[in-house]
Amino acid sequence: MSEQFELGVAELGKQIDARISSYFSSCVHCGLCAEACLFYTETGDPRYTPIYKLEPMKKLWRQEHTIRGKLAKALGLSKPLQEKDFADWEELVYDSCTLCGRCSMVCPVGNDITYMISKEREGFSRAGYAPEGLKGATQRALEIGSPMGVTLKTVLATLAHVEKDTGLSVPVDQQGADYMTLFSSMEVVNFPEYIESIARIFDAAGVSWTISSKAFEATNSGIQIGNSDNAAEIVGRVVTAAEELGVKYVISPECGHAYTSIRWAGPNLIGRPYRFKVIHILELLDQLKQEGRIRFSGKTDEPVTFHDPCQIVRRGGVVQPQRDLLNGIAENFVEMTDHGVMNWCCGGGGGVSANERADELRIKAFDRKRKQIEETGVNTVVTACANCRMMLEDGIEENEMETTVIGLTELIADYLVTDAKEQSEVR
Amino acid sequence: MIAQLIDGPLWYFSLTVFVLGVLWRLFMILRAGVKKDLAVPRDGSGAGALRAIFSRFVPERTVRRHGKVQLIAGYMFHLGLFALLFLARPHVDFFAERMTGFGWWSMPYWAFIVAAEIAFAGLIMLWLYRLLNPVTRLLSSADDYVGTVLVFLVMLSGCLALAQSVEALRLTHLLLVEMLLIYFPFSSLMHAFTFAFSRGYTGATMGRKGIRA
Ligand code: SF4
Ligand code: SF4
Repeated sequence: MSEQFELGVAELGKQIDARISSYFSSCVHCGLCAEACLFYTETGDPRYTPIYKLEPMKKLWRQEHTIRGKLAKALGLSKPLQEKDFADWEELVYDSCTLCGRCSMVCPVGNDITYMISKEREGFSRAGYAPEGLKGATQRALEIGSPMGVTLKTVLATLAHVEKDTGLSVPVDQQGADYMTLFSSMEVVNFPEYIESIARIFDAAGVSWTISSKAFEATNSGIQIGNSDNAAEIVGRVVTAAEELGVKYVISPECGHAYTSIRWAGPNLIGRPYRFKVIHILELLDQLKQEGRIRFSGKTDEPVTFHDPCQIVRRGGVVQPQRDLLNGIAENFVEMTDHGVMNWCCGGGGGVSANERADELRIKAFDRKRKQIEETGVNTVVTACANCRMMLEDGIEENEMETTVIGLTELIADYLVTDAKEQSEVR
Repeated sequence: MIAQLIDGPLWYFSLTVFVLGVLWRLFMILRAGVKKDLAVPRDGSGAGALRAIFSRFVPERTVRRHGKVQLIAGYMFHLGLFALLFLARPHVDFFAERMTGFGWWSMPYWAFIVAAEIAFAGLIMLWLYRLLNPVTRLLSSADDYVGTVLVFLVMLSGCLALAQSVEALRLTHLLLVEMLLIYFPFSSLMHAFTFAFSRGYTGATMGRKGIRA
């Protein structure tokens, strides 16, 4: 047994708190969680049952937290965890779970299985059993400041483009601004339109904002791989930058995972509350709309549907703002059957999109989304997460569907009343 | 001699194992602790916990559509069992005599038969489902089957005892109940108590985030 593996097992043991202990105690092996998980529903493979992904952790729990397990261990009747247990389960723990949280909503005894899997990852990653793709992303996040290796130079170049295209200036390191804006690397690289849209909207609404040259990345690979030390370091950079600039708010980008990382996990990772508030971009946009600080010039009559990023709704608690906003700019907004907190995942969350090994399975799991989209009969899917968007576009291409994907913030910018005069007339 | 043992010392012994075992298991859970959540909450955790403890009695759409057998069988078994446990005449008398000192309303005989039939049908359906469905078969351990068999035998002996009014049957029933009580804290039957904790913890976390879980 290698030393690293032992450290992993010790870490796994440390993760078993009262919540996890109650969850294992309550599980009646009813298997209903399987029906909520896209990896099971789209493959029919029982191994993808959410709670089954926790067998290694359960084994440890039984030995350390139950009377029978302690007895069996003392009498030498139960074997301790083996490297093989981790090796056999690595794929289940990382490739077949997007930490989407759907299973946690249906379990009759209330188990938050998603929380358990994310905690199980802490033990696995410490033992070295994590996908190469995620290891690389975490390494880059720590060394370069972005899981995709995006440097400050690239960001500044993108911002220069945005300034040129919009004719607006994008504030960087503006001391005392109200809001500090974060991005996900995927937005910087694949969807700079998002940054452009924000610049336009904030200008129209008169928002005092800034970007920090010290921390622009909002995603956190440390959380996805399950290494809280790394996660704390990554989130710590944002906290330091925001507190140095003295901003009142930090704006999470659309990216759902970025939001839960910064909003919900962050303070617990660094061990103290922030000296600023965190707001999701959709919450802020909705607030600006309510306050009349942004107005729309009309509505699209193209029927649209909305793909809810799991981490924004089910794990983040932002459910209504995106609906209010979309209804403000779309004449014909059709909800998918399972939407809001019960939406189905795009298949690429929880680090799965960074794990090439999982590509085939991910595309298979996407079938759930394909069916959902087709059921609506709508050809335009609006979403609010660069990662979801990439995954949707990938799945749409693989399945040769005729669907277009649009980012919500961009759509809002498209329908924004920008002209200062017009704006005052509307008011 | 055996009859006295079953009716006396063994009953108190099994009851003690049950009570201490359950308390110990709950203590083990609480001892593991939960870290204080430092993120500024959107809503209260207490309300979220309370909500989840009750809301999970109502199945989510996914379960309603794809878990019909377990849902119906699960409700039949649990409701039937609770009716038998708390409202069967001999049980009410037993509780009054040995534990509470007072009795309460009990079911007429026909209702007892209906409750028993519902409970048996539910339990057998759940059992078959466990055996035949690939997911539950993969998840299930010996513990799940032992628990099911014990409960089944307890119910069967109880019904026979009531129908036949034979002392030997009553003692068999009591002996099986004692075995069940002793087995209980070591098994997943513990969910009868811990479900409130697991639902509560999840509900509290979700509640803080403003999610109705
Ligand atoms: S739904 Fe809950 S109780 Fe049922 S098997 Fe899954 S985790 Fe266990
Ligand atoms: S969190 Fe989502 S992907 Fe992971 S096991 Fe649960 S339902 Fe499946």
